[in-house]
Amino acid sequence: MPLLDVQNVTMKFGELVANRRVSFTVEEKSIVGLIGPNGAGKTTLFNCVSGLCRPTEGTILFNGENITGLKPYQIASRGAVRTFQVVRPLKDMTVFDNVLVGAFLKCSDNKRAFKKAEECIELCSLGSVKGKLAGELSIGGKKRLEMARALATNPKLLMLDEVMAGLTSTEVKESVDVICNLRQSGLTLMVVEHVLEGIMSIADKIVVLDGGIKIAEDSPERIVNDDRVIEAYLGAKYSQRYKSEGRVH
Amino acid sequence: MVGRSVELKTFSSRDIAWLAFLALLVAVPFIPAIAANSFRLHVLILILLFASMSQAWNIIGGYCGQVSFGHSVFFGIGAYGAGMAVVTYGMVPWPGIVVGMILAAVVAVIISYPCFKLSGHYFAIATFAIVEIFNRVFLVWDWVGGALGLDYPIIKEGIGNLMWHQSKVGYYYIALVIFVIIFGMVRWLEGHRFGYYMRAVREGQETAESLGVNSTAVKLIAMALSAAMAALCGSFFVQYNLRVDPPMVMSLDMSMKFVLITILGGAGTLVGPLLGASVLIPLQEYSRAIWGGLGGGVDLIIFGILIILMVVKQPDGLIGIIRDVRRWLSKKRTKEEL
Repeated sequence: MPLLDVQNVTMKFGELVANRRVSFTVEEKSIVGLIGPNGAGKTTLFNCVSGLCRPTEGTILFNGENITGLKPYQIASRGAVRTFQVVRPLKDMTVFDNVLVGAFLKCSDNKRAFKKAEECIELCSLGSVKGKLAGELSIGGKKRLEMARALATNPKLLMLDEVMAGLTSTEVKESVDVICNLRQSGLTLMVVEHVLEGIMSIADKIVVLDGGIKIAEDSPERIVNDDRVIEAYLGAKYSQRYKSEGRVH
Repeated sequence: MVGRSVELKTFSSRDIAWLAFLALLVAVPFIPAIAANSFRLHVLILILLFASMSQAWNIIGGYCGQVSFGHSVFFGIGAYGAGMAVVTYGMVPWPGIVVGMILAAVVAVIISYPCFKLSGHYFAIATFAIVEIFNRVFLVWDWVGGALGLDYPIIKEGIGNLMWHQSKVGYYYIALVIFVIIFGMVRWLEGHRFGYYMRAVREGQETAESLGVNSTAVKLIAMALSAAMAALCGSFFVQYNLRVDPPMVMSLDMSMKFVLITILGGAGTLVGPLLGASVLIPLQEYSRAIWGGLGGGVDLIIFGILIILMVVKQPDGLIGIIRDVRRWLSKKRTKEEL
């Protein structure tokens, strides 16, 4: 049984169809990358899974349970926790208190929650700024805070929405390392990413969206050779040239 | 808030300062300058009462970030609870106080459940309307005394009837107990899960929800707690004044007072309501005593100017000014050392 099973999800905003009959699965202890050009419907799909949007049609199963249309906090307490692409720090609280709010989900007593928060802060290398107000962090710091806060809830499935966007290549490498470590500790990850160099090297499976429709679901090696994917990313004209020049991988 | 400690907030040096301060408050009625002057004691009682009341408001308005102008309704329900127990039913006030607190919490949950669907300013506007509704209903409702209100009979003084005629010392200590209950509760909340959840809801409801916080439940519980504490203060207020009528308790004036005291002192901080009350209440009482002949309202004019200055210069309130001064002093010191 897959940990997350998205079945025929359609999300319409009025006449605009952001996702059309998207289906895919996320296996336990795997990393699934969700990629696609701007406006492909990646974040909308994320919002449907995390409960921020109620899908117009379709079903979402998490751990065998139907979670379609549940409230975000209900989904989070079942163990599917997300970060936001546009960072949302709790500005007037310290970095430590931000993470602590996440930690309180599974640890109700102070001592365990404080320990959990401390761990997650170290893991996301925020130790030096933990007493600072979250609103005062740099963008890279805020992205790491998003991750630390979600991690502190002790999730089964961690959904990362573009945590690498806008980071320098060293920072991307650091994030990749953190994600790999998380998988080793038994976590399942679903990662929306624009930075392909980051995600291609670590994902077990890539799901490609274009114009709200799933156009491919396969291992990274096969995805990079998929004609439809190349066309979606490079356009038909370039895809032709790319092919005639021969591929180098 | 910069550089706030991140250690376990169960007990800190700040708490020791609070305990020392409480010990001082216990000793106050024995200070000759105050014991000899019942007006001074009266001002102190009102400071304690309004600090407590504003702290009750601070739970939902400051920590949880839901600005309510409806708290005079809960204050009033508490006042009528005690008042009706004594005047209408000829009992001691205690059962009325308990019933008033429970009723205020229930009413708070019922009226805020739909209002919490509104966000930001719209929530505040909705609570304005609620005060007006309750004010009008109580004015025409004979069972609660209508526009005439309830006047206390002269009965035996003492803790049983929660009433004193000879001196105000008894009232002072009851006010101090209420102050300890409400400030103690907020202090406890600050260091526990619920307190963190309230602040998370204030800072970002969607973010809190994404971390598994049921924001509606948090707001409703905070509101119920806040309303029950407001009712407790209201019941003391009626025992102190020995009469109650709708404009005295359920009015926008009263609501505004709770909100402004907290904002003046520093919303969302433990010491804020005390600072605010210590400035406003003496201002109100002494200006009333000195310029009473001008028709009243001088205190509100001064207070209005204070609030305008505060919002423009230091929106964090008096606590923000204290923080600025401290930072300036420590900067100066490090400069001198260099």
